[in-house]
Amino acid sequence: MGTNGNAQATNARLNPPTRLTGAEILWATLAGEGVDTVFGYPGGAILPAYDALRKFPIRHVLVRHEQCAAHMADGYARASGKVGVAIATSGPGATNLVTGIATAMLDSVPIVCITGNVSSKVLGTDAFQEVDITGITLPVTKHNFLVNKTDDFAQAIRHAFQIARCGRPGPVLVDITKDAQQGSAIFDFEAAKPRAYRPHPMLRVEESGLDQAAELIRNAKRPVILAGHGVMESGAMEQVRALAERAQIPVGLTLLGLGGFPASHPLSLGMMGMHGEAWVNHAIQESDLLIACGMRFDDRVTGTLSSYALKAKKIHIEIDPAEVNKNVKVDVALVGDLRQVLEDLLPRVSGRDGSAWLKTIEASKGVVAVRDIKNLPDSGHLYAAHVMHDLWRITGGDAVVVTDVGQHQMWEAQYFHHEKPRTLITSGGLGTMGFALPAAIGVKFACPEKDVWVVAGDGGFQMTAAELATIVQEKLKINIAIINNGYLGMVRQWQEFFYERNYEATPLVSPDFVKLADAHGIPGRTVRTRAEVAEAVNQARSAPGAFLLNFLVEKEESVYPMIPAGSALHEMIRRPGRWGKDPLEESADE
Amino acid sequence: MLHTFVAYVEDLPGVLTRVASLFRRLNININSLTVGRSERAGLSRLTLVCEASAEAGHRIRASLFKLENIVDVDDIAQAPAVTRELALIKVAATPQNRSQLFDLVEVFRARIVDLTSESLIIEMTGVESKIEGLLEILREDEGRILEICRSGKMTMRRGHHLSSVLRAMGAGETETVEPGGNETQEEGLPSALE
Repeated sequence: MGTNGNAQATNARLNPPTRLTGAEILWATLAGEGVDTVFGYPGGAILPAYDALRKFPIRHVLVRHEQCAAHMADGYARASGKVGVAIATSGPGATNLVTGIATAMLDSVPIVCITGNVSSKVLGTDAFQEVDITGITLPVTKHNFLVNKTDDFAQAIRHAFQIARCGRPGPVLVDITKDAQQGSAIFDFEAAKPRAYRPHPMLRVEESGLDQAAELIRNAKRPVILAGHGVMESGAMEQVRALAERAQIPVGLTLLGLGGFPASHPLSLGMMGMHGEAWVNHAIQESDLLIACGMRFDDRVTGTLSSYALKAKKIHIEIDPAEVNKNVKVDVALVGDLRQVLEDLLPRVSGRDGSAWLKTIEASKGVVAVRDIKNLPDSGHLYAAHVMHDLWRITGGDAVVVTDVGQHQMWEAQYFHHEKPRTLITSGGLGTMGFALPAAIGVKFACPEKDVWVVAGDGGFQMTAAELATIVQEKLKINIAIINNGYLGMVRQWQEFFYERNYEATPLVSPDFVKLADAHGIPGRTVRTRAEVAEAVNQARSAPGAFLLNFLVEKEESVYPMIPAGSALHEMIRRPGRWGKDPLEESADE
Repeated sequence: MLHTFVAYVEDLPGVLTRVASLFRRLNININSLTVGRSERAGLSRLTLVCEASAEAGHRIRASLFKLENIVDVDDIAQAPAVTRELALIKVAATPQNRSQLFDLVEVFRARIVDLTSESLIIEMTGVESKIEGLLEILREDEGRILEICRSGKMTMRRGHHLSSVLRAMGAGETETVEPGGNETQEEGLPSALE
């Protein structure tokens, strides 16, 4: 991205320390932190900052709604590993950011949000477009600042970047008053450098813990590695792989862990949890040792805790001490940076024969695979699972897929096999519908050379569809696949299974998405049969600009397997089919 | 169980909100919270008492440490510590019945810090149970207590305890708290008044 070049150039220009306005200090500090793209929306309280923007080598992307600015910064950060930046004005501009900030918080994504606020002399008086945004965002940020002195700008912003990216990453908001943007101060980028980051004082990786972990691994008969988002955040892909290969341990992945371990690897089990593959969940329930790497035993991966992996000892490698023993009591806690802990653990782990356990898992895979929808003959109907499978096949998996939230998200996770980290961008913790389209814009800025695909349902897509205009304004090549089933599909599925098919408020009337795209100047086409899928995907890929595919899929298809809320991990609802079984029957027998 | 956290926090606007918000989010009621200046410039020391499960202690302390403005957190738990609370109690007292209160104050080693023709103020420092003892006696006469103002608990570990702040700043670990040795009774307290 040439980020550093830009940053250095800017710094060089501003060296020695120079007197600048607060607005100029804002941009100079951002540039100094390596920022070359920001996502924002102007307004009264942030206008001084916008007025100074043209003097700095920073590209501003005008969004259509501030929530999307936060999602774009989030997508940018997830795809690049760098800090994403969103900018908004005071009041409604700031409150619109909140969903995006919470999304980043729940998934530990480093973003910095800058909001303007009213002048310091009217703070707290309910002035026009004034809102207490530091108060509002307190529980959904890692930290936030209210800055009302120009002198404090550079330091606060640099500190915000440090907090966002260090330790367990997360969102930071800096609220800057209008008068402080207009005031002036001496800008000294180096002097504004924050103190060295204080690691969490409860981080603890003891020799004895490492020895104990190695001992558990040596003696385990049925071990499973559970790999989560921390693998990416820590950059521990190689170390996880080395541990798996050396000790012949199969690897299950969380939704956000997908891509952290190659899907094609013989030891890869795929996704675990509520919509995870049956063999993964069975393996976890049968396991005698779970090695949790950068994951937090979220309720979507454990099912009911009282019946979760009861036969297994647990090793938890985690950077956040507050996550240890939160949901699942563990036997060995190695509280530190995953990559570093694995580096320390690996020399203690020797090769072991895992073939019997792997053979057991392989056998259960075989039984399940025959009922997999992708192996069913073409009935003339279009299934979302087929679309995802074909998209994976045609792109060769060489794409960054940005999903929304719901059924299509789970089908993507099941049928698009991710080999590399940061190739699946999705809202896991908060489950934010409307995430995909704006996040994909951020992703495209982070990796312009990559084939970026939005995969969204007809419901979620309409939440943020206005960002189509942003794609056009910024001339971005983004491919959009709408998985259109005329329902809020995942909610409908819950109604089908748990609310006696009372489809209340889930049937959904949508615009003609192809016409909607056309109104924005984006070409598109509707796909109705599986036979058309390959050609359509190729057409989208070869189009010079953005392209929208509207896949009209089977309306009342459900995601299988599914663990009902409150059930054990092995109590899965399985796909009904010609084998004539009741779909609600659990399949522990397999 | 009752948890007592002692924390050093930056003396800045909004820091108390961050601390309180953490407990609010966990739906834990704060029994008492005392904040004041510490031995280090720019740092306030707070003592926070709350009721939560035994396992919650670890997570609360870990979560407090995640707040950027918190410099150090100590979970006093069952460690040997000195705990005190200050109470100001305004009591209705006429020249006729004052002398009885003077005797009471003497027994409890409290002080009278204000005296008017209708009322007097008792200042009392001690462990919670001792203050409760005095209040219990005062309540024997209905309507006598006019106002009560209590500071909440302040706690300090016993012994040659290196400043937590120094350790936190100079990198190093807080040692694990040894269970047992609970010491909150003030010496010389008449057992009948506990």
